[in-house]
Amino acid sequence: MLLIPCPHCGERAQTEFTYRGDATVERPHAEDSAEKWYDYVYTRDNPRGEHTEWWHHTSGCRRWFKVRRNTWTHEILGSESANSDNNRE
Amino acid sequence: MNSHRHPVGGTINRGHSITFRFDGRTYSAYEGDTLASALLANGVRIVGRSFKYHRPRGIFGMGVEEPSSMVQLRSGPRSEPNVRATEVEVFDGLEAFSQHCWPSVNLDFGAVINFASPIFPSGFYYKTFMWPASKWMFYERFIRKAAGLGKSAIERDPDSYSKFYQFCDVLVVGAGPAGLSAALSAARAGATVVLVDENGQTGGRLNFDDAAVDGKPAQEWVYQSTEKLKLMPNVEVLCRTTAFGFYDQNLVGALERIADHQREPDGREDRQKLRMIRAKQVVLATGAIERSIPFSGNDKPGVMLASAVRGYANRFAVRCGKKAVVFTNNDSAYATVSALKSVGVTVAAVIDCRLASPGESALKHIGNTPLKQGFAISRVRGLRRVKSVEVSRFQDNGEVIGSAETLTCDLVCVSGGWTPTVHLFSHAQGKLNFDEEIGAFVPREQLGSVQVAGSANGSMSLGACLRQGYDAGSVSSMKAGHKSEQKAKVPQVDDSPETPMQLLWQVPKVRRGGAKRFVDIQNDVTVEDIELAFSEGYVSVEHLKRYTTLGMGTDQGRTSNINGLANLARLRETDIPSVGHTTFRPPYTPVSMGALAGGDFGTHLSPVRRTPLHDWHQSNRAEMQNSGIWKRPFFYVKTGEQVRDAIIRETRQVREKVGIVDVSTLGKIEVQGRDAAEFLERVYINRWKSLPVGRCRYGLMLREDGFVFDDGTTTRVAENEYYMTTTTANAGPVLEHLEFYAQTIWPELHVHLTSISDQWAGMALAGPDSRNVLGALIGESEAANENLPYMGYLAARIEGVAVRIFRVSFSGELGYEIHIPSKFAQQVWQAVLEAGQEWDIAPYGMEAMTVMRIEKGHVVAAELDGRTTAADLGFERMMKKDVDFVGKRLAERDALVSAGRKQLVGVVSLSGRPIPKGAQIVAEQDARPPATTKGHVTSSCYSPLMDKEIGLALIADGRQIYGKELYAASPLTGRTVPVEIAHHIFVDPKGERTRG
Ligand SMILES: [Zn+2]
Repeated sequence: MLLIPCPHCGERAQTEFTYRGDATVERPHAEDSAEKWYDYVYTRDNPRGEHTEWWHHTSGCRRWFKVRRNTWTHEILGSESANSDNNRE
Repeated sequence: MNSHRHPVGGTINRGHSITFRFDGRTYSAYEGDTLASALLANGVRIVGRSFKYHRPRGIFGMGVEEPSSMVQLRSGPRSEPNVRATEVEVFDGLEAFSQHCWPSVNLDFGAVINFASPIFPSGFYYKTFMWPASKWMFYERFIRKAAGLGKSAIERDPDSYSKFYQFCDVLVVGAGPAGLSAALSAARAGATVVLVDENGQTGGRLNFDDAAVDGKPAQEWVYQSTEKLKLMPNVEVLCRTTAFGFYDQNLVGALERIADHQREPDGREDRQKLRMIRAKQVVLATGAIERSIPFSGNDKPGVMLASAVRGYANRFAVRCGKKAVVFTNNDSAYATVSALKSVGVTVAAVIDCRLASPGESALKHIGNTPLKQGFAISRVRGLRRVKSVEVSRFQDNGEVIGSAETLTCDLVCVSGGWTPTVHLFSHAQGKLNFDEEIGAFVPREQLGSVQVAGSANGSMSLGACLRQGYDAGSVSSMKAGHKSEQKAKVPQVDDSPETPMQLLWQVPKVRRGGAKRFVDIQNDVTVEDIELAFSEGYVSVEHLKRYTTLGMGTDQGRTSNINGLANLARLRETDIPSVGHTTFRPPYTPVSMGALAGGDFGTHLSPVRRTPLHDWHQSNRAEMQNSGIWKRPFFYVKTGEQVRDAIIRETRQVREKVGIVDVSTLGKIEVQGRDAAEFLERVYINRWKSLPVGRCRYGLMLREDGFVFDDGTTTRVAENEYYMTTTTANAGPVLEHLEFYAQTIWPELHVHLTSISDQWAGMALAGPDSRNVLGALIGESEAANENLPYMGYLAARIEGVAVRIFRVSFSGELGYEIHIPSKFAQQVWQAVLEAGQEWDIAPYGMEAMTVMRIEKGHVVAAELDGRTTAADLGFERMMKKDVDFVGKRLAERDALVSAGRKQLVGVVSLSGRPIPKGAQIVAEQDARPPATTKGHVTSSCYSPLMDKEIGLALIADGRQIYGKELYAASPLTGRTVPVEIAHHIFVDPKGERTRG
């Protein structure tokens, strides 16, 4: 079980959080192409190494935030809040 | 009193004798014995049978490494299979049974397989029993019975288990010399220390060896160090606690066996406790395990690890035989000679494969015992136990030559060297190097937050263990932020130099035939099996393992794996590092399911949720039903009524008069802020900005992939405040979904989301008389259609309680939802019932509500199954064309708008028989699977209103085939019902009743 550093609450047990995946993808505009939308919804990289991902402090402050995590070593490299004004390295 | 116990010596408590039973016979033991030492003391030599060949098996080791003496421990509900006799602390009344043998350990039916073993080579199961596949079920029954992996108890486990999360600066795994030393130095520096050891006492090998620390018996140092640690407030010493897995970020799983050494737990004590220990630093002082040497007949009862024989003599004063031969490739086994002599066992000879003389202290141990240097045991003779050994000259090139000399003996003490226990280090992703000097894999380097010390690190001498433990303790306490003030002294020991060991992975057979040379004596894998596997192309270590089952038994090959790798390397004509090792995976030793579950079983597995009206339902004869984790009234019981009658009565009550139902389980979310309307516009498919204050609207949400996510009514209760409802099951997921969009996609929107599901209870008041009842509660003019029209909202007071009234209907009748702050729910519910008496009001349950929603064609989770689109459900006209919302773009893709999609329709039974839920819609009455289906039935019920069996279904292009006759086929129940396709709204399609 990982310890997840919530930018608002500090390190907490993984069981308090929900995982959502890649936090680098950006929601396209309504007028963007179907391919772009398809990629946004379905296509994800599966990197071996550093990955920036969304976590939700579901049983805590209920904030979504980004965690940088190494998918290979499971090392957690840092986290930042969704609007990046309250970061925790 | 024990035939094989020396009258003096050992650390057992001779003042306290104990009786126990093994295979139905009663034996005696002393307090402090293990089941293995007690059996040996009583002269019991055969305790089980091997897995494949059913060869007789005796006790081989003395601890966690034991591959062969596995027993079924206890009987009844506490009975446990595959328990190592070497790890069981004997208690009065203990009961154990041998395994793998039928009908008995000494007369084993399966041993026929042994004589037929040429037909049972490795890969036998794969080659023979897997083909033809249709026969596997038959073969499996036979194999299972013959193999007999013990039996698990059928009765409910009477014991309790718990889980415990623990934090410390330094966790020390293993309380041998290195671990004790590490704990002492870390604790003295002020670190909080947890010291765990799998055994019943601290000390590790010092309990079994005759050693000295600081000029005194090592036992004394162990005792004093342990007492010192126990008195320190920053230290916790946990024996009978196995660290079984090393997980991310220094989380170590440890199983504490609180009561396994007793007959049963005391009082309300847990049997076992799962400790999840999060440590800043971990010291692994997990020791090393002695390994065997493969030679002909080396699996016979009476062949034992030299360290185990020594331990049984020193600690338990037990004689493992009458006359022994020691066979070794290293100095450590020499101490076994003096230990054996001290309990009165004759040692015929020490056979050392090395030509070089052993070190001085090794020689001291053997005195005048004959020593044969440059020799090896080439064969063990004896049918069911050791009778004698053949000794041959062993050459540098690994060959044995010359005529063999025969030595009579009943005990062979073998040492092939020591293998560091690196399991936890490997779990922690530590890399291993092969150490040629000790012939084993050792940690390549210390990790940032994991230190390895002592034998686990490949340093076998007592002095090195103490020193490395001390250093690991100081380094880890320093890394955890504690600096030692004074430097303590490392205890002194006399480590005289040893002669290097000689790697010896197998002794060749002197002549063809003869007994097998075992590598893995639990799974019956021999050198010959490895040779066969190699010749068949299984040259990778992972393949070899799975093909031969080497190291796959319950002992995980602790005494055998390295011998297997080395023999594979020999065949491949390469070195051991090139062959590599198999992956170490948790758990190190088995963990009971009970401990993993802890308290989370039965009703404790998930919480039971009750609505604020629960007590009222219970005291008013509601039959309660589970709805997810909620308890909800199914229907209200009336004497003399069948379930069906009750449901029909309750629907009539609503359709003809007035009823109320508890809808408190609905999800409720408060959406506030100046951009709340804009936010709703983006998360729902329909329009929200146009909704005036005081009005409700039905809303549908999609997921971003274009499929329907959830639905509910949302009300504008104030300019910038909305009261959203969700389905019961999606209350949590919808909030999380909305929070994601509000916080990450559109952080610029000023919107705030609050779950208020628990703060508000709800009830639906429905039926032709519902307005009259409401009028009696809040005044006729307030309740009038003009003041509270269809989809209107009113803030009102009932008995002084501020409530929210929504004119919405799920049943299809004129109806209202009254939402009440939870703590006043029962008061208001009762007020409504009292006010309604004049109109003969009655409560109704979930089932009547379901019947009425099917009649009205309302969708629930059965239809919103994650695969339906808004258009499939008939909501295509609700979708905004001009502005973006979640799921819009992908809802427009071809696959989701093309013809042939399954659409929501009604189905009516033409035979009068119920329509099976989940039935497939097919064109032919006698369709048999596999058949093409047109769709499936999502919901069904008997409709009292129509006096027909009806249902809802998703059928391909269903809206174009109203009136068509098809079949609802349920292969599961074997029923097929002819149905007519109809519009999904059966009652009041124009909504005149609800709007009236
Ligand atoms: Zn938080």
